[in-house]
Amino acid sequence: MIKKIGLAIVAPVVAFTFAVGVAVLALLAVGVNPIEAFGLMWDFASTPTSVASIINRSVPLYVAAVAVAIGFQMKLFNIGVEGQYLVAALFAGWVGGSIVLWAPFHVLVVVLVAAGVGALWAGVAGLLKVTRGVNEVVATIMLNFIGFSVIGFFLGNFFSVDSGALNQSTPPLPPSAQIPGLNWIFTLFGFAEPRGTELQGFVIIAILIGIGYHLLVWKTRFGFELRASGMNPGAARMAGVNPKKMILYTMLISGGIAGMVGLSTMLGKLHAFTQDFPRGLGFAGIAVALLGRNNAIGMALGALLFGFMERSALILDLNDIPKEVVQIIQGVVVLSVVIAYEVVARIVKNREIKTASDATQASTAGPQEVTA
Amino acid sequence: MTAKITSLGAGLMERTGRMSSARKYALLFILGLFVLSLVQLIAGTKQLTAPGTWGAALRLTVPIMLAALGGLYSERSGVINIGLEGMMIAGTWFGAWAGWQYGPWAGIAFGLIGGALFGLIHAIATVTFAVDQIVSGVAINILAAGSMRFLSSALYTADTGGGATQSPRIQGFIGTFNVPLVSEWLGALSDRGWFFISDVAGIGAGMTTRVSWFTLLALVLIPATWWLLWRTVWGLRLRSAGENPWAAESLGVPVLRMKYWGVVISGALAGMGGSYLVVVQAGIYREGMTAGRGFIGLGAMIFGNYSPFGLLAGSGIFGYSDALRLRQDSVHAILLLLAIGLMMFGTYSLFKRNYQGSATQGVFAMLFFIWWFTTDDVPGQIVTATPYIVTLLVLTIASQRLRFPAADGVKYRRGEAH
Repeated sequence: MIKKIGLAIVAPVVAFTFAVGVAVLALLAVGVNPIEAFGLMWDFASTPTSVASIINRSVPLYVAAVAVAIGFQMKLFNIGVEGQYLVAALFAGWVGGSIVLWAPFHVLVVVLVAAGVGALWAGVAGLLKVTRGVNEVVATIMLNFIGFSVIGFFLGNFFSVDSGALNQSTPPLPPSAQIPGLNWIFTLFGFAEPRGTELQGFVIIAILIGIGYHLLVWKTRFGFELRASGMNPGAARMAGVNPKKMILYTMLISGGIAGMVGLSTMLGKLHAFTQDFPRGLGFAGIAVALLGRNNAIGMALGALLFGFMERSALILDLNDIPKEVVQIIQGVVVLSVVIAYEVVARIVKNREIKTASDATQASTAGPQEVTA
Repeated sequence: MTAKITSLGAGLMERTGRMSSARKYALLFILGLFVLSLVQLIAGTKQLTAPGTWGAALRLTVPIMLAALGGLYSERSGVINIGLEGMMIAGTWFGAWAGWQYGPWAGIAFGLIGGALFGLIHAIATVTFAVDQIVSGVAINILAAGSMRFLSSALYTADTGGGATQSPRIQGFIGTFNVPLVSEWLGALSDRGWFFISDVAGIGAGMTTRVSWFTLLALVLIPATWWLLWRTVWGLRLRSAGENPWAAESLGVPVLRMKYWGVVISGALAGMGGSYLVVVQAGIYREGMTAGRGFIGLGAMIFGNYSPFGLLAGSGIFGYSDALRLRQDSVHAILLLLAIGLMMFGTYSLFKRNYQGSATQGVFAMLFFIWWFTTDDVPGQIVTATPYIVTLLVLTIASQRLRFPAADGVKYRRGEAH
């Protein structure tokens, strides 16, 4: 057991070390002292304000990673989280800003609309795959681009409060549709309260999503069928798992979760869907899912690591160090972590094969010595 | 095993560009032109076949086509390449850097090398380490975007005239040429305003006037690729690695090396596509200038059924609708074009006794027609989305008839026969 966990941890550690090594080389190449740079990053990131900011940054990444991971469990690639969360946030923001309701229900409606729209947008790809055999990778990529146009179209023509504004936005969410911040947690534990940053309350929903994901994958029949279809589709089908149903449901669930990616920012900070709404979270989420290896806790750590790097990059900029070095770390770590996992998996497999062959040799080598 | 050998046969024996299918596509093309001029007549616009539109369409097609061509080499060798976008980004950056330092032709060469470098990384990950190909491709995209940004902020300091998100202007530009005589004749003919004849001439004039030498170079790669992949031993080996690597290995084909070739060439071509954006179109590197063209190239390649001429058609559709987006009055006519196109497709389906398909296509044709008839203009966003919708539609209609390389995306390890 300890050996198993050890092998699971060794891969990300090796990959991260390697990525930092590449970053060190990159920094040295442009004439920056890497130790000084990393020291600056660490000092800056360990203030309460930064901690709140890091968590805020990691929440959408985590939700996006969960959305991707659920597809990964059955080798279904939802590359379209990017489009799904943006389209979902647009409609959720519009609905939320247009209706009047009591506080908890208002938030609930916004969340449900977002999840529903995300599921629908992803469901298109699922439906196309199931009925017409369209590859989901290509379909979701195309749906991303179509989604961007849809957003421009609706925001520009129907949903915008002021269509002449430079940064168009949906009607602002009333206080009943906002999730209050959690900065009191810091004071509760005796830390200084973050200044200028509000720890977004959506983090609680994100944790619930993570727990729900873990339970769904490991404790339900659906989760079992999901993993079985991923490991051996043929065997799963023979055992009575309907592959088409699985594809469609998985795509819908993945899209539903993806729909909630933008909500932490929308309900906790911007209070509307705006033209400059944060983008790229879907693609970053794929990276986090790879990093955390589809594991609920692993992805949380991966998301926090990404959040930390993005937050601490800000201080590099102030010190005239190219903050993009952080993106090199992110890119390298993702690539080297998948390679490291693959290598570790092979070592484990070879060891198992060896153990098995030793065992069979020991049992057959006895009485009859016929085999050559 | 028998099944595998037959499938190997089916994949390798196919001959793209047979006479019968060539004739079919030529007929289809002429029919398409006819519909185009008909639509233009009804809708009362001149832009659909104007030389300017088609010249722009050609320029917008080439980068997508190069990315698609890159995808072809990789996927034919059995490696899915989602990383085309990242390789293209590398191409834009390296192309601009070398273009700024040494001029446009060096820009092309360096764009090619930059893309090939990321192709090599993808090859190491997927071929040597047998990492999941889509996963690696996604990682390549992240890595390429990040490291190009790092290089920009490190090298393009304020005194160079560039910055963290853009490069200085490149030196000089690549010359253009008019196809002698043809260009002038067609230009004169297109001014006459004769139905169909002037329209065809307009298209021809657009594609033969002020063509960049780089465009010509890129276009030559299409038949060259066809020859290389379908008429040489090397090409047969590369394709066999994508169809049935186990059988190929047993016959002595160096499968891993062929895959390396496929993926590295793939990166080089995508990088070249990136450098085209810099050298011919913008004259400068701007962050995000690829705007998803690598992904679009992937779509165009699948659209074109993994064949060089098919992907040219696929990229052409993207390039053409991109060119139309900039010409407002013609955009509305696209609706009519879609309606008539779908109507013809529906009739064909009826002829083939596919009643359900025919009915759906008919309904959509009517919807587009009503839309065209009741409105005066189309929101620009819809036009932007058109190529993506068309790709999805085509995949929906034709996905079952597409024949992708049999072992595309399969993790292959030497000696691990199935």
